[in-house]
Amino acid sequence: MDFPIFHLDLFGNRALIATIAILHVLINHGLAVGMMPLIAAMEWWGHKKQDPRWDNLAYKILFVCFIITTTVGALTGVGIWFSASLINPYSIGSLIRVFFWGWFIEWLVFITEVCLILAYTLTWKKWSAQGKKKQHIWLGFALAFFSWVTMAIIVSILGFMMDPGNWLTHHSLWNGFTNPIYLPQLAFRTPLALAQAGIIAMFLALFFIKKGDNFRLEALRGLGLWSFCFAPFVLLGGWWYYSVVPDSMQENIGVSMMTLQFTEWHEKFMQIILGTVVLIFIVVQVAIFRPRYLPRWILIIPLFSIIWMTGHFERVREFIRKPYIIGRYMYANGMRVEDYPLLQRDGVLAHMTYSHPLSEEEKKLAPEQISPGGKNLTKEQVDILLGRIQDGKNVYMNTCSRCHTGQGVNSLKGQFQRMMGDRDWDPETISAYLDIMHSQPFMPPFPGNQADKDALAEYIRHLKYNDTPVPGAQNGGVAVHAPKAQAQTMPEAEEKQ
Amino acid sequence: MTDIPVPKDIPLPLPAPEPILIGVLVFFFLAHIIFVNFMVGGSLLTLYYEIKGLKDKAYDKLAYTLASTITVNKSLAVVLGVGPLLAINTLYTVYFYSANALTGDYWILVIPTVISAFLLTYVHKYLWHKMERVKALHIMVSALANALFLFIPLIFLTNINLMLFPDTWTTIKGFWDGLFHVGNPFPRYFHFLAACFALTGLFMVWMFRRMDEEEIAAIGFERSVLIRKGYQWAFWPTLMQFVIGPTVMFTLPEVSQPIGKVYGMIGFGALTAMLMMFFMMFEVRRAPDRIGRSFNIIAFLMVVVILFMGSGRHLYREAAVSDHRQLVHEKTELYMEQVREAEKNAPKEEEE
Repeated sequence: MDFPIFHLDLFGNRALIATIAILHVLINHGLAVGMMPLIAAMEWWGHKKQDPRWDNLAYKILFVCFIITTTVGALTGVGIWFSASLINPYSIGSLIRVFFWGWFIEWLVFITEVCLILAYTLTWKKWSAQGKKKQHIWLGFALAFFSWVTMAIIVSILGFMMDPGNWLTHHSLWNGFTNPIYLPQLAFRTPLALAQAGIIAMFLALFFIKKGDNFRLEALRGLGLWSFCFAPFVLLGGWWYYSVVPDSMQENIGVSMMTLQFTEWHEKFMQIILGTVVLIFIVVQVAIFRPRYLPRWILIIPLFSIIWMTGHFERVREFIRKPYIIGRYMYANGMRVEDYPLLQRDGVLAHMTYSHPLSEEEKKLAPEQISPGGKNLTKEQVDILLGRIQDGKNVYMNTCSRCHTGQGVNSLKGQFQRMMGDRDWDPETISAYLDIMHSQPFMPPFPGNQADKDALAEYIRHLKYNDTPVPGAQNGGVAVHAPKAQAQTMPEAEEKQ
Repeated sequence: MTDIPVPKDIPLPLPAPEPILIGVLVFFFLAHIIFVNFMVGGSLLTLYYEIKGLKDKAYDKLAYTLASTITVNKSLAVVLGVGPLLAINTLYTVYFYSANALTGDYWILVIPTVISAFLLTYVHKYLWHKMERVKALHIMVSALANALFLFIPLIFLTNINLMLFPDTWTTIKGFWDGLFHVGNPFPRYFHFLAACFALTGLFMVWMFRRMDEEEIAAIGFERSVLIRKGYQWAFWPTLMQFVIGPTVMFTLPEVSQPIGKVYGMIGFGALTAMLMMFFMMFEVRRAPDRIGRSFNIIAFLMVVVILFMGSGRHLYREAAVSDHRQLVHEKTELYMEQVREAEKNAPKEEEE
C-alpha cells in the first residue's frame, strides 16, 4: 500500500469496518428494505378495512424507522466509505474505479429513496386529511421498491469482491456485475430483510399498543403472518447461496485446509439459518394463535438470532474471500497479485514511499536487546538495531497491519507468544515461522524478500519487549522512506555467518 | 533527498473521461454544500431565535418553523454528499486518501459526531412542545447540536487543505497539527459560516414566500417582515464576504502553477455578488406588498456566484496538485513497467 497507513492497534482495523458495516446492514435490512413494504402494506390494509388503528401503528413504526434510518442508517452508509478509505484505500480505490457508474446509479436511487422517505413520513397526516390516501400508499410502495433497488446494486459489488467472475479477463463493469454469487445472495438477503422487519415490527407493536387493547392481538397476528410468509424463503435463499459458494470458493483457492475450515463455518451457517427460521416459526405461531401469551422479551430471541445470522453471514462472506480482498486480484494486505513477483524479488522496502517512524516510546529497548549474551552493544550497534526495527515496522505496517495489530486483537505479539512462549524470540526462528504462517491458505503469501522478512522478525522480537501500541499515521505521522536503511545488518549476525 | 512523498497511484484507468468526473465533482459538491449551508445556518438561526423567543413568543414560533426545516435539509445534505465523495475518491485518490489517513481518528469521528448532531436536532424538533417547561434544557440541546455542527466543518477543511499540499504530509502529526499548520482553514471556515447565514437567509425568503396565510399567521409575524428578515440574513453576511473573501484569497498558500484563472473566477463571482446585493437592497426597501418579487433573479445570481466560487476552488486545487500529479503518474508508469518486467522473468527463475 502506498499511502500513509491509518492503524488502530487496540481493536484492530477490521473491527472498525465490521462494526460500522454490520450496524448499517442491520438497519438497512431490518428498517428499510424489509420494513418499508411492510409499513406500506399495513397502511393499505388499514385503508382497505377502514381501520385507523393499523394506520396509526404503521405511522408510529415508520416514525421510528425514519429517525433511525436518516441518522444512524444514512451515516453508517457513509461510514463504510470512510472506514474503507482508511483501512484499505487500495481496495476501495480500485473498486470505485471499476464500479463508479454502478455506485453512481445506486447513489441516484439512494437520493430518490431519501426523498421518498421524507415525503412518505412528512405527508402522512396531511395527505390522509386531504383524502389522498391511495396516492400515499403508492408512495409507500415506491419507497419500498427503491429501498430494495439500492440493496440489489450494492449486493452485486459485495458478490464481486468475493468472486470477480469474468472481470479479471474483461475488466468491464457488466462482467463484475454479473458475478456468479450475485443472484443467490440477493435471493437470501431479500426475504431475510422482510422476515426481520416483521419481527422488529412485532417488537415495536408491543410498545405502541396497550396491553388490554384487542388490537394488540390482531396486530401481532398480522405481523406474525408477515414473517411467517417470508421465513421459508430465507431458508430457500440461504440454501441456494450455501450451494453456490463452495464452487466459487474453489475457483479462488482449492486448498484442503481452507476447505476444511470453511466446511465447518459453512455448515454452521446452514445450522444457524435453520435454527433461526425454526425460532421464527415458533414465535409467529404463538403470535398468530396465542398472541396474548407473547411477552415482549420473547421477541428479542428471534430478533437476536436474526442479527446473529446476519452477522455470521457477513463473517462467512468475509472468510470466503480470504486471502484476497478482491478475489484473485488483490490480497487482503492491499497488494495486487500482479505486484508479487516484483516485490518478492526486490523487497517491499525497496518500493515503499512512506516510512512510519518509531515513536520515542517504541524506540525503548529492553536489556535483552541491548545486552545480548551479557555483552553491551555499542551506540553504533544500537543505532543499526533501531534501523532494522524501523525497517521491520515498515514491513509490518505495509504487509501485516490490515489484519493484525501489534499488541491488541489478533496481534503479532499474541501469535508468537503462543508459538514461542517466554523464551527469547530468536529472529531466525521467527523468520522461519513466518514462512509457515504464510503457507496457510487464509494468509496472503509473504509479499517481500528475505531481507524484509528478517527485518520483520527483528521487529516482532522487539514487540515482545516493548508493549507500546503501534501508532498509525494519524498519530505518529509519516516520513519519506529511505531504502538505504535496509542494507544494514547487525554486526553480530555477520560474525555468526 | 526530498521530503515530498511521491506515491504510486492505483493502476486502473479512470471510469470516465476526466472532464465528466470533474463536472460530477464540482456540480454535485455545490448541490451538497448548499444543503449543508441550509442545515448549519438553519440550526444556528433556530438557536438565535429560540433565545430571542424567551422574551417574545413570536420569535419562538419562528424558531420552531426553522427547526422543522433542518431535519429535511440535513437528509438532503448527507445524501447529496455521496456523489462528490465518489468523484473525489476517483479523481484525487492519492491526495484524498492520504489526507484522510493522516487525520484518520478525526476523519472517522465525523460519523458518530454527525449522527449525534442529527439525533439532537430530532430531539430538539420533535420534543419542542413537550419541553416547553424545561426551555433552558431545550435550548441546551440546540446549543450542543450547533457546537457539533460548528466543529465538523473543521475536519473537512483540514482534509481538503491537507490533500493539496503533499509537502506537508511528512511534517504533521494528526488532525490538530493539520488544522493549525496547513493551508488557511480558518479564513475558509469563516467564509463557509458567512455563506451558511447568507444561504439560509435566502432559504427563509423562499419558504416564507410560498407558505400559506394560515401558516404565516401561526408564526405571528407579517409575511413581509419574515421575508425582510430573510433578506437581512442574506445581505449582511454577503457583505462581510467582501472582507472574508479577500482574506481567503491572500492567505492561500503559494502553489507551483499560476492561479490567474482562479482570481478571474473569484473576481467574476464577486462582481455577480455585487449585482445580487444591489437587487437585495432594492428588495428590502420595497413596500410590504411587493417585497420578494425579485427573489428569482436574486436566487439565480446566488447560484451563479456559487458556481464561480466552486469553479475557482477547483482551479486552485488543480493548480496545487497538477505538478505533483505528473510525478505520481510517472512513478506509477515506471512501477508498472517494473511489475511487468518482474512478472515476465519470474517463471524463468522458477524453471532455473
